[in-house]
Amino acid sequence: MFNSLTERLSSTFKNLRGKGRLTEADIDATAREIRRALLDADVAVPAVRQFIKQVKERALGEEVSEALNPAQQVVKIVQSELEEILGGETRTLQLAKTPPTVIMLVGLQGAGKTTLAGKLSKHLKQEGHAPMLVAADLQRPNAVKQLQVNGERAGVHVFAPHPGVSSEHEDPTGDPVEVAKAGLEEAKNRQHDVVIIDTAGRLGVDQELMQQASDIRAATNPDEVLFVIDAMIGQDAVATAQAFNEGVGFTGVVLSKMDGDARGGAALSVKYITGKPIMYASTGEGLGDFEVFHPDRMASRILDM
Amino acid sequence: LAQDDIDEDVWDEIEETLLMSDLGTDPAMELVDRLKERVTVEGTRDPEAVRTMLREELIKMVDPTMDRRLAATRKDGKPAVMMVVGVNGVGKTTTVGKLARVLVAEERNVILGAADTFRAAAAEQLTTWGERVGVETVRSEQEGADPASVAFSAVEAGIQQEADVVLVDTAGRLHSKANLMEELGKVKRVAEKQAPVDEVLLVIDATTGQNGLMQAKVFTEAVDVTGIVLTKLDGTAKGGIVVAIQRQLGVPVKLIGLGEGADDLAPFETEAFVDALIAS
Ligand SMILES: Nc1nc2c(ncn2[C@@H]2O[C@H](COP(=O)(O)OP(=O)(O)OP(=O)(O)O)[C@@H](O)[C@H]2O)c(=O)[nH]1
Ligand SMILES: Nc1nc2c(ncn2[C@@H]2O[C@H](COP(=O)(O)OP(=O)(O)OP(=O)(O)O)[C@@H](O)[C@H]2O)c(=O)[nH]1
Ligand SMILES: [K+]
Ligand SMILES: [Mg+2]
Ligand SMILES: [Mg+2]
Repeated sequence: MFNSLTERLSSTFKNLRGKGRLTEADIDATAREIRRALLDADVAVPAVRQFIKQVKERALGEEVSEALNPAQQVVKIVQSELEEILGGETRTLQLAKTPPTVIMLVGLQGAGKTTLAGKLSKHLKQEGHAPMLVAADLQRPNAVKQLQVNGERAGVHVFAPHPGVSSEHEDPTGDPVEVAKAGLEEAKNRQHDVVIIDTAGRLGVDQELMQQASDIRAATNPDEVLFVIDAMIGQDAVATAQAFNEGVGFTGVVLSKMDGDARGGAALSVKYITGKPIMYASTGEGLGDFEVFHPDRMASRILDM
Repeated sequence: LAQDDIDEDVWDEIEETLLMSDLGTDPAMELVDRLKERVTVEGTRDPEAVRTMLREELIKMVDPTMDRRLAATRKDGKPAVMMVVGVNGVGKTTTVGKLARVLVAEERNVILGAADTFRAAAAEQLTTWGERVGVETVRSEQEGADPASVAFSAVEAGIQQEADVVLVDTAGRLHSKANLMEELGKVKRVAEKQAPVDEVLLVIDATTGQNGLMQAKVFTEAVDVTGIVLTKLDGTAKGGIVVAIQRQLGVPVKLIGLGEGADDLAPFETEAFVDALIAS
């Protein structure tokens, strides 16, 4: 049932008898090991600090159960606290009362937005919707073509009035804000009930591009702005989540590349920093590799259990 | 006793700075211990002096003496061959484009090989980069073609055209996927039927956390990585994970990526990297 972290912790406790309540010394010794486990899992330093404080407070009040040693006991508390934070109010996509529903994807360069656009459209199509993709990344070389290929694979219409940067067009063609706006009109005319807008990757510190994302949002009034973040990200998750939350504002989070072996502490960081729900996990390069986020699995993964 | 003047807060702050740069718990704690030792031995009482020591110790750890040169000249009548590898979305294709730009500026003849035959529009993306910097891209018109045979053809073209360098772009792949790592090994082996691969550059995204070490280990086992390219340093991420990579695997960071444009590639410089790492 319990493995590595607990085993490590158990050795911390071999001299303790573990009766009655957990003592402060018990908890301090455990907290150090847990702190390290969380840091090794890339949970953000400020999130770790806050989290450990919370766990300590809760552990101090806890009765020691007969069946568990103090280490197991504290780990159980950690796991349930983690699950609670990661879960919070989980929810599925918010659909517009009057279609079309607009979903905008944002995130750092290479996070997995364009792939997610294909995945979401395929998923929604299977659920009986008629989604349409909008190619509003006119900057990354051949991003438009990449979205078109994904759209073709998913069997959904792609609105791509400008080819963006490609061999024929060294400089970006068209304005992403105009494309997004026109995409919305196109969807209404063609009676699509969901519009998914793919945007260019951008850094938190790039104010010009952050403004552009904010303008796209203002022009299309999305029902969901999904922040796509790579599960392999480290401590930068804090600065990046903050920048996107303040610069564009997002309504939900998608953790990508969850098919790898990264522990994914960023999940906790982003939740801690923004409070926004983690909605989906992206789990591969194929368009079907996409699932609803499971807080309990994520908690175990972060703790390496 | 001297340590009394430098209170726990100073040590905590230093440790947190290091952790927040993705240096990792082991190197961070090791550095703090090393500093505590020096403070005791040298009798330092000034927190500022500790910061100077931190910089010195970090520079030692990052090791300015490592050989960070690129093998980019013809050998035995054949072009230098470089492969660019890494997990998904880190900046491989962009790096190939930027590197071609640098080589072209040095008046070398360069050929690109589009051995990412998997991701949507990957070959088109590389071709755009090729046109941007004025070099030919060898690719397959067929989606899902064998990447090894594209690499083979690219090196073959390089030999025929007496190019100086052949740069082979490969598909992003997670190191945890054994079949994809096996495929990458094959790409290298098949390319080597034409000419030895002189450089295997592993691209690490500066935002990468502790998983980066595992990436480097597995890629090195599969294709014997000769250098790291640390991309996306133009953001807020510090890229501290490369310190552990260099130390554990002995593979130096050779280049850094500083943006999405053709000129945003630079040599790695230890002191600048360390200064950015500890700047808050
Ligand atoms: N293994 C794995 N790869 C993924 C996943 N999601 C995306 N990718 C890959 O990650 C790389 C980048 O994905 P994109 O969808 O192009 O990312 P993006 O955010 O649109 O990138 P930019 O537009 O350049 O900012 C591609 O190689 C994708 O195939 C995932 O869940 N797992
Ligand atoms: N800000 C910044 N963005 C970069 C840098 N290098 C690459 N990018 C961007 O990162 C994204 C991914 O770059 P690619 O070169 O397509 O990455 P890749 O590793 O080839 O991706 P796959 O082939 O899909 O695995 C693109 O949007 C690039 O423009 C860099 O140094 N800084
Ligand atoms: K940086
Ligand atoms: Mg994209
Ligand atoms: Mg690529």
